[in-house]
Amino acid sequence: MNYISHSDAERAEMLESLGLQSVEELFEVVPRHVRFPELKLPKALSELEVTRLMTDLSGQNTNVLSHPCFLGAGAYRHYIPSVIGHLAGRAEFFTAYTPYQPEVSQGTLQAIYEFQTMMGELYNMEVANASMYDGASALAEAAIMAVNVTGRRKIIMPRTVHPDSRAVTRTYTEPQGITIEEYATVEEALEHLDDATAALLVQQPDFLGQLLDLQKLSDAAHAHKALFVVSAYPTAMGLIKPPGDFGADIVVGEGQPLGMALSFGGPYVGIFTCRNEYIRQLPGRIVGKALDKEGKQAYVLTLRTREQDIRRERATSNICTNEGLIALIVTIYLSAMGKQGLRQVAEQSYHKAHYAAAEIAKLPGYELAFDGPFFNEFVVRCKSAEAVEAVQKACREAGIIGGYSLSEVFDDMADCLLFCCTEMNTREEIDRLVAVLKAV
Amino acid sequence: MNAPLEPLIYDISRPGRIAFSLPDLDVPEAPIPAEFERDPELLGLPEVSELDVVRHFTHLSRLNHAIDVGFYPLGSCTMKYNPKLNEDVARMPGFTWVHPLQPEDTVQGALRVQYELQNYLAEIAGFDAATLQPAAGAQGELVGVLTIRAYHQARGDTQRNKILVPDAAHGTNPATAAMCGFKVVTIKSDSRGNVDLEALARHVGPDTAGLMLTNPNTLGLFDEHLTEIAEIVHKAGGLMYGDGANFNAILGIVKPGEVGFDVMHINLHKTFSTPHGGGGPGSGPVVCKSHLAPYLPTPVVEKETRDGQDHYSFRKLPGTVGKVRSFWGNFGMHVRAYTYIRVHGARGLRDISENAVLNANYIMNKLKDTYDVAYDRTCMHECVLSGRKQKQKYGVKTLDIAKRLLDFGYHSPTIYFPLIVEEAIMIEPTETESKTTLDEFIDTMLQIAREAEETPDLVKNAPYTTPVLRLDEATAARKPELRYRCFG
Ligand SMILES: Cc1ncc(COP(=O)(O)O)c(C=O)c1O
Repeated sequence: MNYISHSDAERAEMLESLGLQSVEELFEVVPRHVRFPELKLPKALSELEVTRLMTDLSGQNTNVLSHPCFLGAGAYRHYIPSVIGHLAGRAEFFTAYTPYQPEVSQGTLQAIYEFQTMMGELYNMEVANASMYDGASALAEAAIMAVNVTGRRKIIMPRTVHPDSRAVTRTYTEPQGITIEEYATVEEALEHLDDATAALLVQQPDFLGQLLDLQKLSDAAHAHKALFVVSAYPTAMGLIKPPGDFGADIVVGEGQPLGMALSFGGPYVGIFTCRNEYIRQLPGRIVGKALDKEGKQAYVLTLRTREQDIRRERATSNICTNEGLIALIVTIYLSAMGKQGLRQVAEQSYHKAHYAAAEIAKLPGYELAFDGPFFNEFVVRCKSAEAVEAVQKACREAGIIGGYSLSEVFDDMADCLLFCCTEMNTREEIDRLVAVLKAV
Repeated sequence: MNAPLEPLIYDISRPGRIAFSLPDLDVPEAPIPAEFERDPELLGLPEVSELDVVRHFTHLSRLNHAIDVGFYPLGSCTMKYNPKLNEDVARMPGFTWVHPLQPEDTVQGALRVQYELQNYLAEIAGFDAATLQPAAGAQGELVGVLTIRAYHQARGDTQRNKILVPDAAHGTNPATAAMCGFKVVTIKSDSRGNVDLEALARHVGPDTAGLMLTNPNTLGLFDEHLTEIAEIVHKAGGLMYGDGANFNAILGIVKPGEVGFDVMHINLHKTFSTPHGGGGPGSGPVVCKSHLAPYLPTPVVEKETRDGQDHYSFRKLPGTVGKVRSFWGNFGMHVRAYTYIRVHGARGLRDISENAVLNANYIMNKLKDTYDVAYDRTCMHECVLSGRKQKQKYGVKTLDIAKRLLDFGYHSPTIYFPLIVEEAIMIEPTETESKTTLDEFIDTMLQIAREAEETPDLVKNAPYTTPVLRLDEATAARKPELRYRCFG
């Protein structure tokens, strides 16, 4: 099968108009000995056969719609209203390119303008860009921006920032000679702030679910004229105070929880917001208001001289294609959920996680690893690393997608599991999880 | 000032309207610490009904041009038809509703898709290994250049601080090289649109880390000295990076891995038909030769056969350049590209490139007497014209021609890129367009050329029929207004 529209007769006519006998003649520039290589690929399939194959492959994955799920750790199972698929799936959005010709791209452009507004509101920040690849690369770009803004070359962050965000930040900054210092805790990180520090990077809630006192951190960073950069879980902003309330300079986040399916890790969307004074140092695309020549209000890609196509090796970032469609999904989600809905999603996630944490803490052999305030994730310390494995096995046997084993990332937390609840978890699911833990 | 085409969602908002429903809370409420709780009144989100949401975004969608609406010959972007089948497959619950950190034995189908896609891409491009992690082409470039850097460093070859980039290259190439800490050296093109071999020989040396080459290049031309270029760079100890944005021209025609490239990225959102979504998501897998494989982003997917059963798992790479994206990349795009390859098979992929190249040459041939062509030789999947004649003779710029095309229901070609062609008009028809569409487009381009001659103002003031007319972009950039303010 293929998606070519010509008939053979039409193709022949076209070749004739070019004075060619065969289409192969178009490729004579390719060295003969490497021209038309064999491709060892499985044979072509019809639509029906492919659908069968892919239904089978899809079926080999345990999905979190039909199974209770207590996994978070950077990707979150939240409810997705029906309108999202129908609206974001409209081909006029789906099959458009980056809005280079504003006269025929106002739909995409206005949606991005609304996205930028909502991201600013969510984090209480002045401006946002049109999206980054994901939360991790958004944090990496924030580190680079902080270096460019301050002229300093050291970044400090605690290990309670998501491990992937830290890893990506290291990858992006290391070649530019930027130093990244990582410390076990926020407290330790604060001790190492100095006048050579470009930025303090933290995550709210942190990777272990804990809510941080952002005012203290912001003050500490600003005391050294370093930027205060926060990566924040956007859903939590429905309930807890946003980083902008505490003087954050750059706030980024992973937008997936706002209406995007888990999709085994992507596509997701990076949120990037900052103070107004830094707009000319922002990475990526930005949409602004413009008037057309009859004075009609419209939207356009703006501040383009920061970008790679114009500035080339002096651009603020190399990003070109971003995550436009996922930004649209976020915009539709926040429209549908609105002011009241996001609050309810956040409240329910909070209450369910606190219920689950309290019930698990009552069980012998389990305790909460931290006693500070948390949003919807919490760490449970089991008796041993073996007990963690036994819990994971028991969950799998019970058809539950259990917590995240922290042995994956922290050597000193091999006996710990990170659990997450959202509005999707029913009390009955939570009680089942508790019963499974109890029986181990 | 005229009314906007569509009000902002915030303008539609009315206090108390809702468009969601959630179950009642079924657990006890826990106290929320006051020092953390946000004042709900200060959450600046709209309040609208479900029908408000549906109408608003439906109205917005209708202001867009898109592939499903009409021809989109945007050069370098490969705006081919995006098969509906891919969308149905990508929405299967075992692909959408899977958490990236689930135990491996609960995601064997997903891992198999990734494993096989790694292999297919390596096979199609002629390389030994692949990573699917990069989220788009530019991030693939970052990975590729970082692997080159890691390779030199591992050999103690630390004086290589320059990356050579031809002047025809896309802006992401120099931007990427700079992000990776390299000095960018621009190499000029020769009179036939190839890399200028003399210029290359002059700049290449013991400080060359590599050359970033797009082939076919952004002029739509296959470099006539590809083998020599690779030889020159390799002899100096540098490596060859391939920008695979134009891979759609050469599927089954030539494998880049067999003509001297060491590493290359592939834009799944171009060649492998995943939808562009108004600016993304993309996906930019990187394929490479075995000498660069140890440095790929971690992890990669592997297969093991135990007791006759295939088992797929992630393997961490100790020598990796690191991660560039959380989790495993844009999996939803991997599923679509995988489906697309399975539908086509080897012959089907070659048909894609043959038709893409035929279509571009057909357009170039019909327009070359009316518009200047940048380089008069057989092109690959796109052709680059120049509007310099129209500009000199009638004062009609390429921008005007592009805007006039909008009146006829076309998206404009890519314009003013590549930078080395004056008044560039870069047309990429792709393989999926019919002869009828191409003929109509050609007729329109000829008509616009006549208009430029006879009624130049008609072209200079275009468009007339689009939802908005030309915008004052200069003022927009000088006084940026980047959002609505909910609280004044
Ligand atoms: C030649 C070329 N290289 C690189 C890129 C960058 O790819 P992406 O937009 O996927 O990051 C593009 C896309 O616009 C391109 O046309």
